[in-house]
Amino acid sequence: MTAAPASEIAVLRARAEAASAALPPLVLARGRVAPVVAPGGHGLRRPGTGEDFWQYRPAHEGDTAATIDWRRSARGDSQFVRDRERQTARTAAIWVGRGAGMGYRGQSEKGESKFERARMIGLSLALSMIRAGERVALLGEQAGAGAAQAEKIGFAMGSMGLLSGDGDHPDPGAARPGQVAVLIDDFLQHDARLDAFIQRMADLGTTGVMLQVLHPDEEGFPFAGALRFETAGGLRHETRDAEGLRRAYLARLDARREMLAGLASRSGLVFGTHDLGQPLSEALIWLHGVLAAR
Amino acid sequence: MMMLGPIGFGAPMLLLALAALPVLWWLLRALPPVPRRIRFPGTVLLAGLEDPDPIARRTPWWLLLLRLMAVAAVILAFAQPVWRPAPPLAEGDALLIVMDGGATAAPGWDSARSRAIRAAETALGDGRPVAVLLADGEFDAAALTFGADASVPALLRAALPRPWPGSYPDDPAAMLADTPEGSLRTLWLSDGLDHEHRPAWLEALNTRGPVQVIPPAAPPVSLRMAESGARPLLELATIGDAAPEIRALGPDPQGIPRELARLTPEAPSTREGVTTRPVPVDLPPELLGRVTRFQVDGVDSAAAIVLGDDRLRRPVVALIGDGRATSEGQALLSPAHFLRNALATSARLIEAGLDDALAARPDVIVLMDQVGLDATGPLADWLDRGGLLIRFAGPRMAASSDLPNEPLLPVRLRPGGRDMGGALSWGEPRPIAPFPADGPFAGLIVPEDVTIRAQLMAEPAPDLTERSIAALADGTPLVTRAPYGKGQVVLFHSTANADWSSLPISGLFVEMLSRLVASAGRSVAEADSTDPRDGIWTATELLDGFGRLSPARDPAPVEGAVLADGAAPGLAAGVYASGERIAAVNAGGPIAAADWPGAVVETARPQGQPLIGWLLLAAATALILDLFGSVILRRGSLAVALIAGLLFVPALPGSPQAQEIDLELVRAASEFAMGYVVTGDETLDDLSRAGLIGLSQILTERTTVEPTEPVAIDLERADLSLMSFLYWPIGPDQPIPSAEAYLQLNRYLRGGGMILFDTRDADIAGTGPDGSGDLRRLAGPLDMPPLQLVPQDHVLTRSFYLLKDMPGRFAGGEVWVEAANVAAGTVNDGVSPVVMGGNAWAEAWAVDDRGLPVHAIVGIGGEGERQREMAYRFGVNLIMYVLTGNYKSDQIHVPDLLERLRQEDLP
Repeated sequence: MTAAPASEIAVLRARAEAASAALPPLVLARGRVAPVVAPGGHGLRRPGTGEDFWQYRPAHEGDTAATIDWRRSARGDSQFVRDRERQTARTAAIWVGRGAGMGYRGQSEKGESKFERARMIGLSLALSMIRAGERVALLGEQAGAGAAQAEKIGFAMGSMGLLSGDGDHPDPGAARPGQVAVLIDDFLQHDARLDAFIQRMADLGTTGVMLQVLHPDEEGFPFAGALRFETAGGLRHETRDAEGLRRAYLARLDARREMLAGLASRSGLVFGTHDLGQPLSEALIWLHGVLAAR
Repeated sequence: MMMLGPIGFGAPMLLLALAALPVLWWLLRALPPVPRRIRFPGTVLLAGLEDPDPIARRTPWWLLLLRLMAVAAVILAFAQPVWRPAPPLAEGDALLIVMDGGATAAPGWDSARSRAIRAAETALGDGRPVAVLLADGEFDAAALTFGADASVPALLRAALPRPWPGSYPDDPAAMLADTPEGSLRTLWLSDGLDHEHRPAWLEALNTRGPVQVIPPAAPPVSLRMAESGARPLLELATIGDAAPEIRALGPDPQGIPRELARLTPEAPSTREGVTTRPVPVDLPPELLGRVTRFQVDGVDSAAAIVLGDDRLRRPVVALIGDGRATSEGQALLSPAHFLRNALATSARLIEAGLDDALAARPDVIVLMDQVGLDATGPLADWLDRGGLLIRFAGPRMAASSDLPNEPLLPVRLRPGGRDMGGALSWGEPRPIAPFPADGPFAGLIVPEDVTIRAQLMAEPAPDLTERSIAALADGTPLVTRAPYGKGQVVLFHSTANADWSSLPISGLFVEMLSRLVASAGRSVAEADSTDPRDGIWTATELLDGFGRLSPARDPAPVEGAVLADGAAPGLAAGVYASGERIAAVNAGGPIAAADWPGAVVETARPQGQPLIGWLLLAAATALILDLFGSVILRRGSLAVALIAGLLFVPALPGSPQAQEIDLELVRAASEFAMGYVVTGDETLDDLSRAGLIGLSQILTERTTVEPTEPVAIDLERADLSLMSFLYWPIGPDQPIPSAEAYLQLNRYLRGGGMILFDTRDADIAGTGPDGSGDLRRLAGPLDMPPLQLVPQDHVLTRSFYLLKDMPGRFAGGEVWVEAANVAAGTVNDGVSPVVMGGNAWAEAWAVDDRGLPVHAIVGIGGEGERQREMAYRFGVNLIMYVLTGNYKSDQIHVPDLLERLRQEDLP
């Protein structure tokens, strides 16, 4: 992990702030109750699932009769709902793949790399959750909340570097109960340790999201002619008719996705993809939807 | 050589390599292009994938085709293909090359010679002996020598066509005595014409082996002069239909040789294969007189040239004077003077005694007021042979008592003559009657003011009217003419000077004389020039076989009889002279087409067009296209455009050749503008400009000189010839102008320009203008006259204002001009081309935009402004001096000047 210049970190942070500012603060949805309440759990100063009274609010259409606080409603003409303060012990762990393949910027060597996009998504998401009061950390780190944690995550994200190998995997030992894991990678490389991590998550009963970030070149395979494909890790494939390989490649990509999606759903995770040709906000909105809905 | 249709192959075995093309095709398809290496993370997904169609995407077929075409073109090219090659020759044991070497062979000489050399080298390479017979009429060996060494091609390389008609040796059998055993093949490079002994040679060679005749590459052309005289007739004989124009070349009035006219041949007549076209030479006499040669356009051959000689020259007119007029005044009144001027344009004049003149064989003899001629004698003989004798009457003739018996007159004359319009006569001077329409003067307009005051009267005779070709208004003859033998005698009944009439001072006189001279027969000279008994001729200029004229080196004298037969072996065509006479010997003559019974005549089609160049070009083009194609495949169109741009870099437009016209200079030329030399020091240049603007304003206010804006003169570029005044401030840092600039400056000074040098230091150093380093450095290369201090009475001091000194911003500096006492070598009529000083005039003159002085002049009270005024006055005087020169030094103004000076001195 090479230390990136402070200015680069600041730029990354600023851009992530801007991206997350466009979205409402992300409150993690209620999931399965964590078997152990993590120390340091506290009220989130907003309505939600908790033990303490938070507020009365006027009932609206969606509220069932059971939720109406009749004692309070009897004092007036309108019905009130008794909200409780939200309390959570859930933490979010963000993991961004650092394999060398994530550094792919397209054949022109210009533009944004997958890693940069993934990092941006991760940081934006983290900031968005921190604004909502959630406890967030990089996978394997101590979770925390507040501006200090945002600073810490931003610094860690900014100083992240690529590995020399093609693929990367989350550490299976880092899975914790009550954790919402956000895994961002290209997931092109099959890795048993990824499977192990997911298996462990399933064992612990936590959930998470897998976001596959791909470059349009990887989505569309716009190659033709005699080519020799290489990766930084030393993988090679030589063809004389790249165009003829497209169909097979796309089939393989679909199969891979299907495999990933199956793996995810079996373990209670949600699998999604993001194309580098699409705007960053698309991924963020999708993540919001997935994480908040659960 | 293998023939494939119209294409022959010199190395047909190489064509077998074409069979390798399919192999190449297969190889090119089998060997794929080198794959491009790219980084791609998705490679992991590709692992193990097979190419769906292993041969579908190889080198594209069109690229393959292009490469195959290139290879095929190269193979074909090295197989030495020839389009319609020369048919193979029947070989013999020995080769005889017969080559026409006369003047008519010159047009196709190079191709014929290279063909002969090729044949000789081929034969020598096969070890067969070769001999060469050059049919140029010069044969020194008794028999042809067959050699097998390189001397034969060397001989051929050195051979040149001769400036005379070719011919063959007279005895073929003797010449062919040394022929080796076996058959003798003959390669006959003909010029298409029949020459002497050719049939005999053809017959002799036909018996010894195959004869191959190569017709000439260009048809032979022969030009000859069929008729000479005032309207010569040329005859253009060719074989074929070509009718080239004839160029008449000669010096123009400035003496520069150029084309004087182009003559077009008339309708052809063909007889026995020879097309003959008459070419009438219808040129004005003065133009014809200058023609030095007629040349068939576009044909380089001595036979296509007719050199001009006496037959074309202007008629020779001998003036036989009286020799009395010796003093200048009489010389301008003498008849000879009038005749000389009248005849100078239309004739070549000889002025000599009668005997000397007759020796020069003139066409016309003019006798001025001579009596007592011999009725029989050289003059009468000359007349008899066709001379034209023009006699003028005069006082001596009128006073002759024996006038009625005077011989060599067209009419009998009455002694005494007639005087009209004199002080004591009744009559008026008589005008000339209009000329009869059938006479030699027909069509000439008689001016009204031409009158005859005196004339000699003819005795009335029956044939008087017939013989008179011009008459006065009263019918008395003015000019009479009578034949004498082949010649004519013409008598002007008046004088050739203005004593008796005003005719000689009118233009009519000139026209009448040129008509008469033009009517003179040239038979005399022509008959003489070929007179066998007459003299030895020496070549002055000779033609070579290609018709190039060059001065004769070591000419051998030739007898006239030999000359008369025209150019022949040993007698080159050219210009021959004998004393005053010039005769041309021409190589062109009647021609006859050759026929070739028993010989193989090669068709006129050009032999063999080698295709190797074209094929290699095609291969190169295909490879270049292949390069483009490959690049398109690999890099996309941008790189192709780049390469195309590099390959076809458009020729950069060169610097415009036409010189830009400097509008400033145009203004300086059309309106007066002063110029200042750009020194490179911006401050100094601005100062010069401001100074000249100030002076211009003063000039405009006070004088009629109204200069426009000053012109900045860059000495390296500006055209100084348009300027009349230059202000040149001497700065310390000014670079020395180039040599060209100095040449131009010197021309400018000699051509009436003036430069005001200003060292701007008031000579504080005290070194004098020639001691100032910068001035010496800059003005040194100028072509400057000796200088002196401006004297008190110099025109500069009084050309407008009366000045005592010439201050600028400084006063008291010395001012130098051209020394007046340099009597010889002054240019510009004594007007000094330079004025030198150090008074910083421009600083005194300089004004800013508002018209206010830029620099202060130090002085107490109004002294400074007074000095500025004086500086302006000096400027005005200087410009006046530039523009009027020494006009003001004219002594006619001295009284006025003295008067003024006196008035000014009084107070």
